[in-house]
Amino acid sequence: MRKKAPRTAVALGTGLLAVALVLTGCTGGGGGTADNTKPVSQSDIDKAMKTPTTLTFWTWVPDIKNEVALFEKKYPAIKVKVENVGQGAPHYQKLRTALKAGKGAPDVAQIEFQYISSFTVTDSLLNLTPYGANDLGDQYVPWVWNQVKQNNGVYAVPQDSGPMGNLYRKDILDKAGVTTPPTTWDQYATDAATVKEKTGVYMSNLASSQAGQMLGLLWQAGVKPFGYDGKKGVTVDVNSAEAKKVASYWQDLIQKGYVSTDPDFTDSWYQGLANGKYAGWLTAAWAPVFLQGTAAKTSGLWRAAELPQTPGTKPASGNWGGSSDAVLKTTKNPIAAYELAKFINNDPESTLMFANKQFLFPTLNSTLKDPAFVDQKAEFYGGQEVNKLFANISTTVDTKFDWLPYMDYAYSSYTETMGKALAAKGDLSAGLDAWQKALVSYGTQQGFSVNK
Amino acid sequence: MTQSVAPGRVRTREHAEKQRPRRNANQRRLNIAAYLFVAPFMIVFIVMLLLPLFYSGYLSLFTTQLIGGQTFAGFANYVRAFTDPDFLAGVGRMALFLVIQVPIMLALSLFFALALDSGRVRGSVALRLLIFLPFAVPGVVATLMWGYLYGNDFGPIAQLFRAVGLGAPDLLSDQNMLGSMMNIVTWAFVGYNMIIMYAALRSIPTELFEAAEIDGASQWRVAWSIKIPGIRPAIILTVIFSIIGTFQLFNEPSLLHALAPNVIDNGYTPNYYAYNLAFTNQDVNYAAAIAFLLGLVIAVVSYVVQLSTQRKAARND
Repeated sequence: MRKKAPRTAVALGTGLLAVALVLTGCTGGGGGTADNTKPVSQSDIDKAMKTPTTLTFWTWVPDIKNEVALFEKKYPAIKVKVENVGQGAPHYQKLRTALKAGKGAPDVAQIEFQYISSFTVTDSLLNLTPYGANDLGDQYVPWVWNQVKQNNGVYAVPQDSGPMGNLYRKDILDKAGVTTPPTTWDQYATDAATVKEKTGVYMSNLASSQAGQMLGLLWQAGVKPFGYDGKKGVTVDVNSAEAKKVASYWQDLIQKGYVSTDPDFTDSWYQGLANGKYAGWLTAAWAPVFLQGTAAKTSGLWRAAELPQTPGTKPASGNWGGSSDAVLKTTKNPIAAYELAKFINNDPESTLMFANKQFLFPTLNSTLKDPAFVDQKAEFYGGQEVNKLFANISTTVDTKFDWLPYMDYAYSSYTETMGKALAAKGDLSAGLDAWQKALVSYGTQQGFSVNK
Repeated sequence: MTQSVAPGRVRTREHAEKQRPRRNANQRRLNIAAYLFVAPFMIVFIVMLLLPLFYSGYLSLFTTQLIGGQTFAGFANYVRAFTDPDFLAGVGRMALFLVIQVPIMLALSLFFALALDSGRVRGSVALRLLIFLPFAVPGVVATLMWGYLYGNDFGPIAQLFRAVGLGAPDLLSDQNMLGSMMNIVTWAFVGYNMIIMYAALRSIPTELFEAAEIDGASQWRVAWSIKIPGIRPAIILTVIFSIIGTFQLFNEPSLLHALAPNVIDNGYTPNYYAYNLAFTNQDVNYAAAIAFLLGLVIAVVSYVVQLSTQRKAARND
């Protein structure tokens, strides 16, 4: 009896602990997964699309509510909750955290091409073939479709892409006496020297913080730096002879002072674009519109062209950026979730809206041929039909380009190895070696069998 | 059943009331009330601090591979940390930060506190507020602002240098980054430490000053022999706070990374390293071990500093 007070404390304590455990969600993982290998029939689909359902959709595409509204109009029973949890890295971090916690993950999530395999490795994405995704293949640009395909499975529906071209300042090149944009890499180097000599302006900027741009250029050069077999085997070959050839080309231009290596998407880089610090930017199809917002006062001075080429080979380009919408395995409504991902990226009205309103560069063949898209004349580029140019470039992108299942690490270690070498205007070949070493050691440590 | 139970309960209560003195019942009520008052804190403390702490301690004993899943690893993560050049470089960088920045900041704080306390400064209330103001600016905002000021192409500092015909220093370069961060932290925390010292100064008995005045002591003498020894515990407190704050530096590297991605690598500060390990490298277990080790480093450094100051105090007595 006398020990009453301490007993209260104990009771209180256990109570608190119970509350705490509930609050921290220490109930073990789980959640039903929708792994279905049997094909889904049309009647299943019809039934699912008429059942009142609420889907959660994580994406950072601005104003995507408009495309989602089209979907909701077609399927009034389905409500979609669009959530923007951050762009790029923060988005993936939250997605991984939710997946790890076993709950809180959305039904559909935007995933950039290069990150798809980092989610299939954890078995987090739903294979969409039983839901009919295979039938979509022919409607998309072949290289894009390869990005969402893996071992006969389809893991996402392509949304937008970034085939690479050359945006340049016509006025600066004219001033240097360069009247046509360089068509070969050798010509590019010669012109860079002329531009620097005559105007003092950098031919372009190879961003020291941007693995995406470098990988796009390697992609164009036919380099295959990564491979993943979908299971345990990865291939890391970022310091191959072909890759080093590209690196030494740039090292030469950088060390001669023709090309700068400022980190991109920083304030000073924005200023550089707007102030004519760079005479051009080797960039992706999403950039023309981006540039209009960043360097508004240079309107009319820019033009777009294809990437310089290697003589004697067929026209080629690489890709930088682009994303897809994937269905997560944790979803309780796989059919509706797939239909959402499909509709917004496949319906003509929706994809045209993406292309013309949100300026996502299309992945669907029909949109890439739609006069409402390709025939637009861009004031910013002196009335050039920029969309048509990039639509043509898209067909020249090498169809096979794989990624590692750990691109988060690959990108951050790029900045620490190649990026440092670029910033120091140093030995890029050694930078690639250091990157290779980091990627191999990380892969081994994560339990992959790494093929060098 | 109910019938048989109810009388029993009543009987017990009667029994208890007869047995116990009235005061005891009051005491019990007071105890319960006390527990209830403490409960909100305890709940938050346990849920938000103790449980995550134990959980991350538990996590740090495992390794998780993308292929192969989770396995028990004992202290392998800790062993790895001791040979991890990134982690050691981060700790070393923070140690350098500590021995340079903290003395400067605290000396400034002490100077301002003494100056304000001397009563010889005009507009001391406004000045006190002004010095304290940077602390009221959120750390993230402060870093963004300084990042803009430091900018090489467009920052006012660089423009000023160019205006007077000097080469603008690149304040975000490899060599200058740590100094630039020291400046941000000093700017933000001088006022905070000053307030702690100033409050302590106010509590020194005025009789001591009167006595010193009668003895003909100068203001400097008073400050050196009465005021500074008088607020010694407060100064030590600010030292300990600063040590903890230094090793936990996170906002500054994380935000300046966007401006100078090639300068600030993943392991620039240990705390930033733990964050990157967990969210970029997806190595939560190793990140937990790093976080624990960092806590250990902080505890050891703080303890050593406290011990050495205590010894010094004992020797002086």
